Amino acid sequence: MKIPRQRAAEQLAGERSGNFLEVSLGLDEERALIEASRCLECNNPVCTEGCPVGIDIRSFVQLIMKEDYAGAVNKIREANYLPAICGRVCPQESQCEEVCTLGIKHPPVAIGKLERFVADYEMKHNLFVPPAAAEERAEKVAIVGSGPSGLTCAAELAKMGYRVTVFEALHAIGGVLRYGIPEFRLPRYILDLETERIKALGVEIRTNFVIGKTATIDELLGEWGFGAVFLGTGAGTPTFMSIPGENLSGVYSANEFLTRVNLMRAYAFPAYDTPVKIGKAVAVIGGGNTAMDAVRTSKRLGAEKAYLVYRRSRQEMPAREEEIHHAEEEGIEFLLLTNPKKILGDGKNWVNGIECQRMELGEPDESGRRKPVPVQGSEFVIPVQTVIEAVGQKPNPIIQATTPGLQTGKRGTVVTNESQRTSREGIFAGGDLSRGGATVILAMRDGKTAAAAIHEYLSSRSPANTIRPETEQPVPAAVYET
Amino acid sequence: MFPILEKTELSSTVSKFVIGAPHIARKRQPGNFIMLRLDETGERIPLTIVDGDAGRGTITLIVQAIGKTTKALCRKRKGDVITDVVGPLGNPTPLEYHGNVACVGGGVGTAELLPIARGLKELGNRLGTIIGARTKDLVILEGEMSGISDWLYVTTDDGSCGRKGFVTDQLKELLEGGGIDAVYAIGPLPMMKAVSHLTKHFGVKTYVSLNAIMVDGTGMCGGCRVTVGGEMKFACVDGPEFNGHDVDFDELMMRNRTYADMESAADVPLHVRQDAILSNKKI
Repeated sequence: MKIPRQRAAEQLAGERSGNFLEVSLGLDEERALIEASRCLECNNPVCTEGCPVGIDIRSFVQLIMKEDYAGAVNKIREANYLPAICGRVCPQESQCEEVCTLGIKHPPVAIGKLERFVADYEMKHNLFVPPAAAEERAEKVAIVGSGPSGLTCAAELAKMGYRVTVFEALHAIGGVLRYGIPEFRLPRYILDLETERIKALGVEIRTNFVIGKTATIDELLGEWGFGAVFLGTGAGTPTFMSIPGENLSGVYSANEFLTRVNLMRAYAFPAYDTPVKIGKAVAVIGGGNTAMDAVRTSKRLGAEKAYLVYRRSRQEMPAREEEIHHAEEEGIEFLLLTNPKKILGDGKNWVNGIECQRMELGEPDESGRRKPVPVQGSEFVIPVQTVIEAVGQKPNPIIQATTPGLQTGKRGTVVTNESQRTSREGIFAGGDLSRGGATVILAMRDGKTAAAAIHEYLSSRSPANTIRPETEQPVPAAVYET
Repeated sequence: MFPILEKTELSSTVSKFVIGAPHIARKRQPGNFIMLRLDETGERIPLTIVDGDAGRGTITLIVQAIGKTTKALCRKRKGDVITDVVGPLGNPTPLEYHGNVACVGGGVGTAELLPIARGLKELGNRLGTIIGARTKDLVILEGEMSGISDWLYVTTDDGSCGRKGFVTDQLKELLEGGGIDAVYAIGPLPMMKAVSHLTKHFGVKTYVSLNAIMVDGTGMCGGCRVTVGGEMKFACVDGPEFNGHDVDFDELMMRNRTYADMESAADVPLHVRQDAILSNKKI
């Protein structure tokens, strides 16, 4: 293979660390065509097996070769309704590209970048045509949460002709894609456009609606007349380290910090009303993608020193390689094998430092990664005015607490079988709510699997059960909300 | 969009709003709150639901113009709309029969106390209600409270209405008189702290409703975390009511001042903000 793997242009590190514009600019058409030509067109396309949602990668790459970009993106959309998002945030290096045959001897085909190229091309040239409407079915399905699993499940069911309503607790659609992933990785207009396309399938979206509070699951299945419910409420509850000083002002969960910046646009304060405080020096604790997002956001908000504090080594970091690399380029200082012990205050309840201890790697633990062991007497203090903890999330407990008989597992996850059924009839779940914390694409796979299982469930019910009187939604005569 | 169906000015800075929100109206219980975002550039703030009418599909809010958002809300009129309202959030107040209950409301907290006092009365409790405010103009809901209370006391800091002094002066007398089985207190944090300090001394169970900084109001951000009985709790999902004797009020008061210096920047004139939006610049 003489043709090198094509690289997408990127905003220069020095420039981009001062703005929220997208880092990667994507492949242009010329480079995309060159990259597509690197595909070996294997008889046994293992890349598709490597894709959690089973995209027919070989076919879409071949369509790129024929310069049929609309055909290519529609090929992707058969398996994945959010191509512009997945082309940006999927960890391709550990999925399709990891198993790519070309990758045995050469760098694998840049499948993710090609996916993004065709999605962007379609967008730029306004080529989107909604799929032909399926014959409408009588059954209504409720989707709880508008993150990747919920949106995918909604799209799949709408394509089958079901009447789908998505309930979202926040005022904006997208779940973690909206409040968690920063604009420099996933611009808001991309998310808006992808969700518009889901609405174009006839999906109704109700924001400002907290299931478990505004209405319960049993009310949805009862008086609201939904035949099935899919729960995709994610893992939105932050966990804290339980170290001293966490309640000082200037200490954020990554969730709060990112929600303020991404959802509420605190970066534009006071044009937007939501404030965020960022010190001259910021320490972000954690080694996952959320930690990378938080530390890179801190830099963009003007932190002179942005530290990433992680108790293991770079090798054990769960974040995507690309994100780690981008963070390094942007001048993030990595304090590896460093464990925070205590957050220090200035006497006026504000953070002014973080006491850490050096670690060294010992024997592998249950996760297979070498366990960090503290080095006695190695304590030291980093002066910082902001601390952001990105040490994991767990599912929000509101639905579990208000849905009798819904079986929950470790750390509050909802237990499902392989077809995403829960312990309650007619209730399905997926994404981080059942996994505890995973990727966008795995959430989408769950949404897809659940859609198939919901279809099977609703089809298997005897007609006597499925034909319900058209129950009016229990809303007073005067309906004010839109 | 959520329409403002009625607006009544209760004092120079406190207004009552009746808002069309049928789903919330059906489910709300005493102690619940909503999160509200006025418009596209607005922040999300928590406000306690004071009353509601499931039949009409309305909820009632009573708001004091203090910060940027509450000032802007208080400038709104009947017929205006609010972009986002979500709820009912938080746990309902644990209402039970105690016997003799002292209900203590400070400032606009009196409004938040009203549905709780009503609920307590319906359960057969005898209510001794204390309404406190800085000055006469800020004493609200005296009529409503007196209708459901067996005894009503008003205190003002300057003595312009009722007794001159603090709610705790009056409460201390009630507690010294004996026979108070529980206290429900809602108001500014220093007031709830003082009430809890006093009732702890008398060994009387005390419920307080905590107002903390929140972004989502559903347990997602952790911004409202507060130390209760030595443990980290989220006011939005674990509360907002807690046992006043266990709350670390000093810490919460400090946390609530996190953005105090930015309040004035948020309050710059509209045209400056609009220019900033158009040029996508910080101001």
